[in-house]
Amino acid sequence: MLTRRRVLVLGAAGLIAVPGIRLALATAPTENRVVVVVLRGALDGLAAVPPYADKDYASQRGSLAFAAPGEEKGCLDLDGHFGLNPALGDLLPLWQQGELAVIHAAATSYRAHSHFDGQDMLETGGATHALADGWLNRALGAMPYAGSRALGLSVGPATPLILRGAAKTGSWEPEHIIPPASQDFLDRLADLYKDDALFSQALGEGLQAQAMSEEVMGKSAGSARNLNGAQYLTAAAEGVGRLMADPRGPRVAVLEATGWDTHQGQGLEKGRLALVLKGLGQSLVKLKAALGPAWQRTVLVTVTEFGRTVAVNGTGGTDHGTATVAFLLGGAVAGKRVIADWPGLAQEKLYQGRDLTPTTDLRAVLKTLCQRQLEIDEMTVENRIFPGSRQAPAMGDLLKA
Amino acid sequence: MTAPVAAFTAVNRFGLGARPGELGEAAADPKSWLLAQLAQPDASPAIFTGLPQSPDVVLELLTLRRQISAARAEPASQAAPGKPSAPAPDAIGRFGREIYLREASARIQVQLQTRQPLIERLVAFWSNHFTVSIARPAVLGLAGAFEREAIRPHVIGRFHDLLLAAVRHPGMLIYLDNAQSTGPGSRVGRLRNRGLNENLARELLELHTLGVDGGYTQADVTQFARILTGWSVAGPREKNPGGFIFRHGTHEPGEKVFLGDRYPEAGEKEGLDALALLARHPSTARHIARQFATQFIADDPPPAVVARFAEVFRRTDGDLAALTRAAIDAPEAWAEPLAKVKTANEFVIASLRAVDARLDQPGTDKAVIGALKGLGQVPFAAPSPAGWPDRADGWIGPDAVMERADYAATLARRLRGRIEPSALMETSLGPVATTALSQAVTRAASVDDAVALILASPEFQRR
Repeated sequence: MLTRRRVLVLGAAGLIAVPGIRLALATAPTENRVVVVVLRGALDGLAAVPPYADKDYASQRGSLAFAAPGEEKGCLDLDGHFGLNPALGDLLPLWQQGELAVIHAAATSYRAHSHFDGQDMLETGGATHALADGWLNRALGAMPYAGSRALGLSVGPATPLILRGAAKTGSWEPEHIIPPASQDFLDRLADLYKDDALFSQALGEGLQAQAMSEEVMGKSAGSARNLNGAQYLTAAAEGVGRLMADPRGPRVAVLEATGWDTHQGQGLEKGRLALVLKGLGQSLVKLKAALGPAWQRTVLVTVTEFGRTVAVNGTGGTDHGTATVAFLLGGAVAGKRVIADWPGLAQEKLYQGRDLTPTTDLRAVLKTLCQRQLEIDEMTVENRIFPGSRQAPAMGDLLKA
Repeated sequence: MTAPVAAFTAVNRFGLGARPGELGEAAADPKSWLLAQLAQPDASPAIFTGLPQSPDVVLELLTLRRQISAARAEPASQAAPGKPSAPAPDAIGRFGREIYLREASARIQVQLQTRQPLIERLVAFWSNHFTVSIARPAVLGLAGAFEREAIRPHVIGRFHDLLLAAVRHPGMLIYLDNAQSTGPGSRVGRLRNRGLNENLARELLELHTLGVDGGYTQADVTQFARILTGWSVAGPREKNPGGFIFRHGTHEPGEKVFLGDRYPEAGEKEGLDALALLARHPSTARHIARQFATQFIADDPPPAVVARFAEVFRRTDGDLAALTRAAIDAPEAWAEPLAKVKTANEFVIASLRAVDARLDQPGTDKAVIGALKGLGQVPFAAPSPAGWPDRADGWIGPDAVMERADYAATLARRLRGRIEPSALMETSLGPVATTALSQAVTRAASVDDAVALILASPEFQRR
């Protein structure tokens, strides 16, 4: 089921031009900052934050299970029950400093398995079906501020749905770094080409040549493309951080990262997922540095459309699932906690017998950000920003008092 | 209602890829949809208004060259005050580049917007057949004008007229060096010790008319070059300033023997007679027929089709509209809808047509030229006088396929939120979209990936 909301028309806004971001002198409604990182493709929460002490974890996860911290192929420890994927090791100091919290077993209200529809729901904040504009744009419109400057910022030539709507937003793009097609995309293309000898042979040789040159350079296959994607994310995070650090800059920003749809060769401490996680962790550290003192007033949240299956599939990966993790970072976060009403991984506890069961509504987290960080009153949040989400009230203790 | 496969063939094999709605327009009667374009061609699209004509470009180039060499001869200290300062040494290059970018941009716009894509395909085919490439910087400001002035008016006219217009255009005369070719026995040749340049004569025989196996010898090339001496570009004080001129002073005097025929000394008429003969030569008919069939039927077209096209060409005395109708009527053209691969230009234009792109923001046309450069087909920059390749192996290799994937991903990213994948698949590919593609689109990790998969799919890259 695809939504037919999007129309096949290129508007008056041009095809390729990217409007520059302008800093305006007007007073902002708040000094607080919110960054939303959209992880497109469905992040495997059980790989990012493995519940290594869950008695069913190792057996249910099989070859994708981390050992306990300190052991061979072990994860990093968070709280004695949950661990951190070693590829996210760059974030461990933030955990130690109390600037990182994890929401586990969280999900939007979407319960099917289409990326498009799941992302639509995640970005519009709809309850049962997608709305027309992004929840973050509605939040911008609701901020107690009547100035004309764009308070919201996205990266790249087109505004992501989460930030699209009536409220004015800006966009910016790191110069000279254009992310090429990701390795994941090329793999899908290779699959699509398999019935066309000409294209499949050419792409096969292209991928082989790429792998060979990377082997010579001492990297794993596809890493240059993933690295380039990570470089782009790092440059984007750094740029966004610098723009937001300026008192005249935007208060809300959206970053996007891809490469999470790990159906094949997901890997454990190495592999496809580790590469993108590493890039994500490094980028977030750069963002913190670029924000400077503004970090203290920042909350960053990572969101993804859904999680992945508990069990490994037939190709060393995981398929579309349900609950996953959201990371909460920033000086304003009451961190060093994994916040979860943990459902467990025993077979009978799994959602539809295959997925991590959602026990936290992601909208509760996002509503908290709207109320506490963007200072929008509760009624507005309930009625306009996340309509139909009363059963998921804002969470009182996510942020520092 | 899904359009029939023939509609896809009409707008891709014979067109530039479907704009939204175009498959539907062609669906009722694909052949008539094509034939209607031949009936009322728009000879000079409005987009070309204001582009300079070739004589003006030639004269400006000559003026700049004169001013620059005069400034070199005269040291700056002696320059009279109040006298207009000399143009900068790179003025010629800048002048050419400025015109080139306008021409390239205009052609992209025409290909993007045209309602007569068959006519544009014919322009591209014949422009490639008579390549004038900016690989020679001297024609930077002339390549676009060459296509507009010499090719475009004749694509459904007579081959003989097209041939004459192409050969006598300043762009071609400069690109293939005939403007400087001098009969060694001519007045100027004897006076200044200058001589023949066989470049144009050779390419005319090998590429433009008879074909490499068309039955001519090196002696014929030399004789033809002698015949063509004097065919040049007029200076500001000559007849037809900036345009074609026949100069007696550089024409090789005396009798020539070309392809077994005697050409008694007759000045410009020798060349006109030789070209008339070449236009009607059976080898030319075969050569053109093979190229036309390769363009519109298959990389290796069936010999029967080539023979049929050659017969039409011969019977109609090179009526290019009749040749085009023969291609449209050929059952072979409709049998394998994905037999041909799109060139980089066709691929980029098809992708932009498919998403109904409007390049009305500043810099967007340059971005498209940049994309074409990345994919290996800079406008008007064919690598040699033989033009761009017209076979799949000339376009689809390991690098190219990765570059096209990158292009598709980048374009999809820029189109975010404006394109609905399943609608794009329906309006651009219609009946030829495979189940594998629609499954891949449904399973794509994001809308961006879904759009990119459609654009990079084999069915989108073929025609």
